[in-house]
Amino acid sequence: MLTIDGNEAAARVAYQTNEVIAIYPITPASPMGEWADEWAARGQPNLLGVIPRVVEMQSEGGAAGATHGALQGGALATGFTASQGLLLMIPNMYKIAGELTPTVLHVASRSIAAQALSIFGDHTDVMSTRMTGYAMLCSASVQEVMDFALIAQMATLRARVPFLHFFDGFRTSHEINKIEEIPPEVMQRLIDSDAIAQHRRRAMSPDHPVLRGSSQNPDVYFQGRESVNPFYAATPGIVHECMQAFAAHTGRRYGLVEYHGHAQAERVMILMGSGIGAALEAVDTLVARGEPVGLLKVRLYRPFPADALLDALPETVRSIAVLDRTKEPGADGEPLYKDVASALLQAHTRGRLEELPRVCGGRYGLSSKEFTPGMAAAVLDALRAAQPPHPFTIGIHDDVSHTSLEWDPGFRSDASRRMTHCVFYGLGSDGTVSANKNSIKIIGRCTDHQVQGYFQYDSKKAGAVTVSHLRFGPEPIHSTYLVEPDSAAFVACHQPNFLTRYPMLEKARQGATFLLNTPHPPERVWDSLPREVQQQIIDKQIRLYAIDAYGIARETGMGRRINTIMQTAFFAISGILDTDTAVREIKAMVEKTYGRKGQRLLQRNYAAIDASLAHLHRIEVPQQPGSRISMPPVIQGEAPEFVREVTATLIAGRGDEPPVSAIPPDGTWPLGTAAYEKRALAMEIPVWDAALCTHCGKCPLACPHAAIRSKMFPAGAATGAPESFVHVPVKGGRKELPPDTHIRYQVAPDDCTGCGLCVDICPIRDRENPERKAINLTPVEQVRARERENWSFFLSLPEFDRRALKVTTLKGAMTLQPLFEFSGACVGCGETPYIKLATQLFGDRMLIANATGCSSIYGGNLPTTPYTTNPEGRGPAWNNSLFEDNAEFGLGLRTAVDMRSAHARGLLRDLADRLDPDLVRDLLEARQRDEADIHEQRERVAWLKQALAALPDPKAAELREAADYLVKKSVWLIGGDGWAYDIGYGGLDHVLASGRDVNILVLDTEVYSNTGGQTSKATPLGAVAKFSAGGKPVMKKDLAMMAMAYGNVYVAQVAFGAKDVQTLRAFLDAESYEGPSLIIAYSPCIAHGVDLSNNLRQQSLAVQAGHWPLFRYDPRRIEQGESPLHIDSKPPSIPYEAFADTETRFAVLSRTHPDAAQRFMKQAQAHAREKFQLYEQLAQIRLDGTPESPDTPDRSAP
Amino acid sequence: MNLTSKWLGLTLKNPLVPSASPLSRSLDSARALEDAGAGAIVMYSLFEEAVTAEEEAMVRFLHHQDHGHAEAEDFLPDHMDFPSELDRYLEHVAALKASLEIPVVASLNGVTDGGWLEYARDLQDAGADALELNVYYIAGVPWEECEQVEQRYVTLLHHLREEISIPINMKLSPFFSSIGHMVKRMENAGAAGVSLFNRFYQPDIDIDTLQLQHSLHPSNANDCLLAMRWVAMLYHRVNCSIGATGGIQSGEDAVKLLLAGADVVHLCTTLLQHGPGRLREILDFIQEWMARQNFEALDEVRGRMSQCAVNDTSAFERTNYIQILDSHSHGRGVWS
Repeated sequence: MLTIDGNEAAARVAYQTNEVIAIYPITPASPMGEWADEWAARGQPNLLGVIPRVVEMQSEGGAAGATHGALQGGALATGFTASQGLLLMIPNMYKIAGELTPTVLHVASRSIAAQALSIFGDHTDVMSTRMTGYAMLCSASVQEVMDFALIAQMATLRARVPFLHFFDGFRTSHEINKIEEIPPEVMQRLIDSDAIAQHRRRAMSPDHPVLRGSSQNPDVYFQGRESVNPFYAATPGIVHECMQAFAAHTGRRYGLVEYHGHAQAERVMILMGSGIGAALEAVDTLVARGEPVGLLKVRLYRPFPADALLDALPETVRSIAVLDRTKEPGADGEPLYKDVASALLQAHTRGRLEELPRVCGGRYGLSSKEFTPGMAAAVLDALRAAQPPHPFTIGIHDDVSHTSLEWDPGFRSDASRRMTHCVFYGLGSDGTVSANKNSIKIIGRCTDHQVQGYFQYDSKKAGAVTVSHLRFGPEPIHSTYLVEPDSAAFVACHQPNFLTRYPMLEKARQGATFLLNTPHPPERVWDSLPREVQQQIIDKQIRLYAIDAYGIARETGMGRRINTIMQTAFFAISGILDTDTAVREIKAMVEKTYGRKGQRLLQRNYAAIDASLAHLHRIEVPQQPGSRISMPPVIQGEAPEFVREVTATLIAGRGDEPPVSAIPPDGTWPLGTAAYEKRALAMEIPVWDAALCTHCGKCPLACPHAAIRSKMFPAGAATGAPESFVHVPVKGGRKELPPDTHIRYQVAPDDCTGCGLCVDICPIRDRENPERKAINLTPVEQVRARERENWSFFLSLPEFDRRALKVTTLKGAMTLQPLFEFSGACVGCGETPYIKLATQLFGDRMLIANATGCSSIYGGNLPTTPYTTNPEGRGPAWNNSLFEDNAEFGLGLRTAVDMRSAHARGLLRDLADRLDPDLVRDLLEARQRDEADIHEQRERVAWLKQALAALPDPKAAELREAADYLVKKSVWLIGGDGWAYDIGYGGLDHVLASGRDVNILVLDTEVYSNTGGQTSKATPLGAVAKFSAGGKPVMKKDLAMMAMAYGNVYVAQVAFGAKDVQTLRAFLDAESYEGPSLIIAYSPCIAHGVDLSNNLRQQSLAVQAGHWPLFRYDPRRIEQGESPLHIDSKPPSIPYEAFADTETRFAVLSRTHPDAAQRFMKQAQAHAREKFQLYEQLAQIRLDGTPESPDTPDRSAP
Repeated sequence: MNLTSKWLGLTLKNPLVPSASPLSRSLDSARALEDAGAGAIVMYSLFEEAVTAEEEAMVRFLHHQDHGHAEAEDFLPDHMDFPSELDRYLEHVAALKASLEIPVVASLNGVTDGGWLEYARDLQDAGADALELNVYYIAGVPWEECEQVEQRYVTLLHHLREEISIPINMKLSPFFSSIGHMVKRMENAGAAGVSLFNRFYQPDIDIDTLQLQHSLHPSNANDCLLAMRWVAMLYHRVNCSIGATGGIQSGEDAVKLLLAGADVVHLCTTLLQHGPGRLREILDFIQEWMARQNFEALDEVRGRMSQCAVNDTSAFERTNYIQILDSHSHGRGVWS
């Protein structure tokens, strides 16, 4: 038996049976490629006797092309993908199928970005490919993923029809379950070697050449399309035979479709995918109650096995509900429904079926929406009606189209009652998930129980909350839904502060056990609980246990790692295993992790495990609640109605509750909502020392979350400030500023994540006490109340007049209001300071096209967004189109803005004779170079609008609408290196070549950060990343040099932690340049294996080592007779290794591949010097473009 | 000519022992040292901090990459099975033992009384003939008492002695109030020998950047006088072996230290500067010098100029201090 997840199950078979694996990272399919890469990196040969070649491509389109080529070259090739990735593969899928090529594509099916992106599971992606000619086989469980991966591989080789094998993203791809392994020898026997030989014989070869991929004309194309019909007709039969052969070897039987339920069922539901699990539990429960209901599981979806479906349906069926996990807007039913309806109609037409059952179709489970046995029961119940609803939805409340069925949230399946459910609330970083994965494996190994684990994550990167759902019991577990309310026998809260945020005891059943990690001694635990929690504990007769896990971790040298402590406590009180066995197993797991490498670590863990047993306390529960603490409202203070009604519900984790009418239909959401989500993550926050501070502005620049601000104001404005609200006259710059201008630096205490970068960048030290700076981290509990009051007052102060600030200095620029605040980015994120800076400088006239990636997730992942508005209501207009098209999307925005602007200018000219001629002239000729210019233009536009209001001309009305476009707009194209260097490079290149005025900000983390650190073309030589386990063997692409080659592109390479003023200058230069600008920004990332409290140090080291030279290439300098390239950093001054050794991504290679590491470091060192020399020489070049003087001898003369 | 030397209970063909340096990192340079005539070799040090820092870093950045991101369970590929700092060291001990005939002395460098001492057993199992313990400890806080500092060494040595049976050599710094007493304590706690003296890296100040710089200034010939004095003073007063280390650059230096009473003479800087062949030159010099002086065996040389052996005991008085400063030269028999 194996305890693994769906992705690993698919990857195991794919790896064993293929030679070429072309991949590209995409959630939730990435782990399949990562498994394959890891096995290949370890040199594991497969059944074919080879180590598969894993090739990472620049996009899924590229991966599909490479797969097509490998197949045509005679190799056995496979791939893994999902969602947008699958859409990018469609053109090649038609080709591969059209050429009757055997291959299997494994898909962790996922939603498609429509009104919004979603990484979660449904069938929208696979349904978009059903015309390609791929056979489609659907797995509903982890066991089936492994089994169907092989059956698909067996069948494709025989049928010559390519297969798309899919299973539900997250629900199946990420569910851990105990399954039976298919031994390699069984795989070997089941794969038809003759079919492989035939595939190889069809390969393109100059030794027996053919033409394939011709261009056909009206005369033969159609016939050609029809010529494949026999292959498709034979495919269901082949799959059936493969399933039978599979059963003979493994004992596990499958059908093309399978019926489950009452033998004389009258009501039947049909569906495919993981929803089958919940439906099966519902059907079993209802059949046990005597209800004539059943379930038809569809396994093979294409070619659609209509006959098998008719054979499987009980003759007694009166009504059928077909459930689709997809949405086809505008259709009168979704695809599976239509296929079933068509099959029945055809059977009726052919006379096989006399009387047609009533058939209806419905949608469920989009984007991993819960689908429970209660919902399945509601669907079966709806079939009692004489006219069953169609189309219906289940799982939401549709108060707009009234499609939704009501369901009984209290329905519990019999299977659910026979198993044990547990839920654990933890922080992403506290190891709760990995501990639970280990627990599942321990239970799976040490008992006969079946086990299941599923993990829920929120959308934050810093302070992410995880909920682990564990189930175990004697029977196979088909519960493909979260642990339901009143079901959990065990609830654990690994973070004390979650108690007031999440109503976790709603999950607990009567008599459940609740384990709480709390710093309070046992006698004070009860009083520390909110009243609502106390009441639930009393009402449900919950057994309460407490443990001070952080205390134990501290005392045993475990730092803040509480995972094994909480895990031990779980086993000690849950009684699943006897405590001795559990402790032995946990210790064995620890030993497996650290082995002999970490004797001290082992001892520490052992001590923590032992201590957790000694410090676990049963808390006596009084008869009555007595707490004065109550659950605080989700949003404190005033908020707009939408935020109170919708956003607050989402923040509270109750996002399933809002009805359809509450959700904007076109994906349009308000800005400024992150400010309502007070997460209070920091243990220490910075406090300003006004006496030491020189007002340099570095701390607000470095803050990744815009949680530390500076503001200037007339001293008088601070009348009535809280006593602790210190403010002082601004140092320096007094000439430009009005007299008596004061300044205050202020932290937002509930939005700071405590990363400490502000303190790190502070250049001022107290001479009396060198430990002390002008800003100092202070334990939050000492200052929270005070600083909340100060923050509130700080916000109430008016923003300073932008015209009076010298934005070319950090002091001035950092006084500008950031319009990007409190994002969910990682603690110490290296990207967000750049975005924040851009919004400070240009946010009130900014349009942002944001490529998919980290920046689109912390930028626009609900429930909130960090983008916000200024007091006038202006702010960045933000949209994320796709990953691959961001440059093009941004260019489209630019074009539209230009058109709107031109239109406004045209109207203005048309109406000029009826307006103040000075106003018209100024409006048309305004240069809008700086804040003062922009301000004046805005004032002119306001006057214009007033003047237009008095004109009865329809053109005047039109111009009033368009007048704001007379103010310069700043278009920004933002994304990571995965976008700019790889998937979006073609578009980026085209936009650079367009000459249009766009500003491109590349947040270069040198890997695909959002999907887990896969190699991109920005990954440096010798760095270890996913798909470069042996170190990246080639140099990082020099994107800057490529852009400079155009000559008319502004290019800057920046690293704010190394030279902040250069970064500021580059942003100002880029924006002012009236052509394409490219800023490549060095962004340290957790994927580098560094502690991001060292973010700034890492940037400095990268610059000093020559890894990241700083420069600005400004084409405008050519006109001034200067070299366009200006280098802003010194030649490499430290060895490359002095930088690389500080980052695990490099350092680990010297352990795993010491020789290669040494070689790479030498090359990198030489390359850094060479690159700098090259730039230095380019910086000497003078270009004036003037023709050579007549005196110059004609070089072409003999 | 008989250069045989006894050291830590081992019999060496001659007293020249390269001390812990990068030269032992490669098999080729280690073999070159043996070919040049080295009597034994002390390996580069396995640092407590390096082992523990690697453990911590790997735990933090590889084993536990929990972030709780739905799209990324981890970031760096997890190689559970790569060799650790300790593994690599142990492999190297075994490799050196396999390819060299001379004794191989492993070297541990650390200051805490922690689990890392268990590594010593691994080193013994890997075939090390002896173990050198370098307690690179700077008593940096003014409230730490001398006794606490000394006791740290004793405790470490005690625990190490419990772990292993091979001889243990203690490498000591010169910063003890009573070096002789300290060496005695080491001997009583089970040390088979001491090496005098360890050199500490000295921080420097960059007056342009106002930052501290860590640099190692190579030893020079004058440095060896420090060891020479203490070797001479301890010769015949302690039972354990005495190795001289620090600043031994030439054959002349080596001869002086042997005359002072060193059982072995450690070489480092000079080998790094001139290559392993330098050892042969020094060996040749010793032999030529012995021939010139009509010595047949090294035992006749060793300790001949030690404090015990020098006739003019009054010359050990502190008054000679003035004389040294005066003349910048060292008079015969001036040890104290």
